[in-house]
Amino acid sequence: MPTSPGRSSKPLISHRSRKMTGKARLTVRKSSLCLVIFGTALLMLGAMFFHATYQRQADTPLIGRVAGVVKTLALTDLCLFTEARYTRHPSQADLFSAFQDHPMALEHFPAGSIVGPPATLRKLHDKLD
Amino acid sequence: MTSWIEKQRSILDYTLSSLIRRKGKNISLFIVYTLVVFILASAMFFTEAMKREASLILKGAPEMVVQRLLMGRYDPIPLDYLQKIRGIRGVISADARLWGYYYDPAVGANYTVMAPRNQSIAQGKIIIGKGIARVRMINKGDILSFHAYDGQVRSFTIDGELPAASELVSADLILITEAGFRDLFGFPASHATDIVVSVRNPQELLTIARKISEQLPDTRPIIRDEIVRTYDSVFDWRGGMVIVLIMMALLAFVIFAWEKASGLSAEEKREIGILKAIGWETSDVIAVKTYEGSVVSFFSFAFGILLAYGHVFFSSAFLFAPALKGWSVLYPDFRITPFIDPHQVGILFFLTVVPYTVATIVPSWRAAIVDPDSVMRS
Amino acid sequence: MIRLLNVRKGFNLGRTNEFIAVGGVDLSLEGNRITVLKGPSGSGKTTLLSLIGCMSRPTSGRISLLRNLLGNNGFLKDGDTPEVEVTSLPERFLTEIRRQTFGFIFQQLNLIKGVTVLENILLPAYPLGKKHGVVKKRAEELLDMFGLGDRAAARVEWLSGGEAQRVAIARALMNDPPIIIADEPTAHLDSKLSREFMDIIAHLKGQGKTIIIASHDPLVFEAPVVDRVIAVRDGMIDGAGA
Repeated sequence: MPTSPGRSSKPLISHRSRKMTGKARLTVRKSSLCLVIFGTALLMLGAMFFHATYQRQADTPLIGRVAGVVKTLALTDLCLFTEARYTRHPSQADLFSAFQDHPMALEHFPAGSIVGPPATLRKLHDKLD
Repeated sequence: MTSWIEKQRSILDYTLSSLIRRKGKNISLFIVYTLVVFILASAMFFTEAMKREASLILKGAPEMVVQRLLMGRYDPIPLDYLQKIRGIRGVISADARLWGYYYDPAVGANYTVMAPRNQSIAQGKIIIGKGIARVRMINKGDILSFHAYDGQVRSFTIDGELPAASELVSADLILITEAGFRDLFGFPASHATDIVVSVRNPQELLTIARKISEQLPDTRPIIRDEIVRTYDSVFDWRGGMVIVLIMMALLAFVIFAWEKASGLSAEEKREIGILKAIGWETSDVIAVKTYEGSVVSFFSFAFGILLAYGHVFFSSAFLFAPALKGWSVLYPDFRITPFIDPHQVGILFFLTVVPYTVATIVPSWRAAIVDPDSVMRS
Repeated sequence: MIRLLNVRKGFNLGRTNEFIAVGGVDLSLEGNRITVLKGPSGSGKTTLLSLIGCMSRPTSGRISLLRNLLGNNGFLKDGDTPEVEVTSLPERFLTEIRRQTFGFIFQQLNLIKGVTVLENILLPAYPLGKKHGVVKKRAEELLDMFGLGDRAAARVEWLSGGEAQRVAIARALMNDPPIIIADEPTAHLDSKLSREFMDIIAHLKGQGKTIIIASHDPLVFEAPVVDRVIAVRDGMIDGAGA
């Protein structure tokens, strides 16, 4: 069997022989670094779920208090969108008002994106302004 | 087994070196990918949490609200309807609700003015929601004036604020006495805004609602379930604005998955040939590509999810606020309770990590079966 | 050691651009020798090398390797004959043979760009699943041996031509293969570096390696260390060789 050239200590290229520097020998393996980051990411995802559970429990009495306000004042809706009455009280809005199906839709009726208001009507409004 | 692990780690080493040398490309890929996950996850976290919170909060909502319809739109309801409703079997109570809107031209905000039944308010006083206090910069003891229906100004002293914790439902509320309410709006004593009904047995709610609309054909009963369902659809992540966001994010995602799947560069193909020539198996080459896809997609996924969590639950989804606010001047200041659904996170994982990894592997499959001698022929 | 029996290799068979790169070669190569396949470009010597190196399969004919060249490959059985016919082996085993029996030095060097010198040398060892410490130590010894110790962390594209050549040789030696195959190794080297390459080759022979080189560079086939020169022309062997 052939002998391994690697086991001979004598350098082949003697005129330019340079030993490896310590720095190059001591580099951390990339896969170790990757696994550490991977582990950290998993831990943080776990911590996220843990925090969510903890926060939810901590918030339960708070939500209960809000529900209490809703009960005493006989409220029906969240005060999220106050720009129009059908958005302020979507559950109480008329059956055919915009946003009844998908209150977050940009335009409720497809027609609205195709047909503009008649010109005469626009003028009428202009005069009123 | 240890040899297998060592081999996989070595392959991972090479994969990472190979990723690092295309730093610019891979970092921008990572950023775009993270952004896509971030947007999707934010929308998902926000809608899911709001939906769950809304359903818990609205558990306290009236079991049934009866509106009167006039010409297809809701209208003040005559108080004598109360007796008719109370007469229906199974109804415990029916009470009038007095509430309406007031537009404040000073700040351009809409308020909800309400005369509560279960909270006593002194004559000439009002209690305001935190949102109003913020927008108008007024506090307890200050005076708030309204333009009444007759053109006169009515002034009220602020007697207190509704608790900050309840802002999500009360930011724009003004609580006022019944007398004050009727005087402000010129609302006749014979009418109310609507009627709230409670029943003995919740199971009979639908039957009673049917009876009410039979006996009072011009009314529309709204039961609590419908109220909650309204918010289910408001925060349905497959609906409205959210679907637009998702479509855009998915489109961006498809574009770069396509870029990946549409083939390898000549350089990459040559490298695969070299690896095969020096004794790598087809499966080792595919493992490199699998790790490449999974490393990029997993870290983007994890980072995107964590960012989204912080965004929605620590910063109250500040990026979404402009969309939610719309034209409204008044917006509640609230912290969202983190209801997150592991199932949804899992779906997002499979929607993002898996297709990307597959898109990375598939073209390399074709390249990985090239003859190793191709590098000698070139 | 290595025996080729009526080996033919054709490309694009049955099509209009069909051509026969190697047409019926019978050859026997001895161990611990430096053999040079000499011939003009397009003579089929590279194809012959890739056939010997188990990178491709002949269209017809047989190639056999001495069994003890194959190390401890998983597919070997106790009952096998001293010579193993490799042409019919499945791809997986050919890969294993390439990994353990042959070290390749390519004309274009084929180092992986953007990756460090050390990792380039480590690449052939990765699929073996050996302990990283052991493998890395071996690579570092090779680097030191070739005077590349301080270049370990450098990217291969930063190397000079001579350094890159030595990295390619070190990579070929990584798994300590008994046979080294070099395809036009001096094509991109000046005379000084070509001589240095032949010195290294002589040294490897001294360590018991078998070396097969394809070249049309006189510096290679006229070098005193070369044991045998085989002239290749039009996919055939000219005469019996020197």
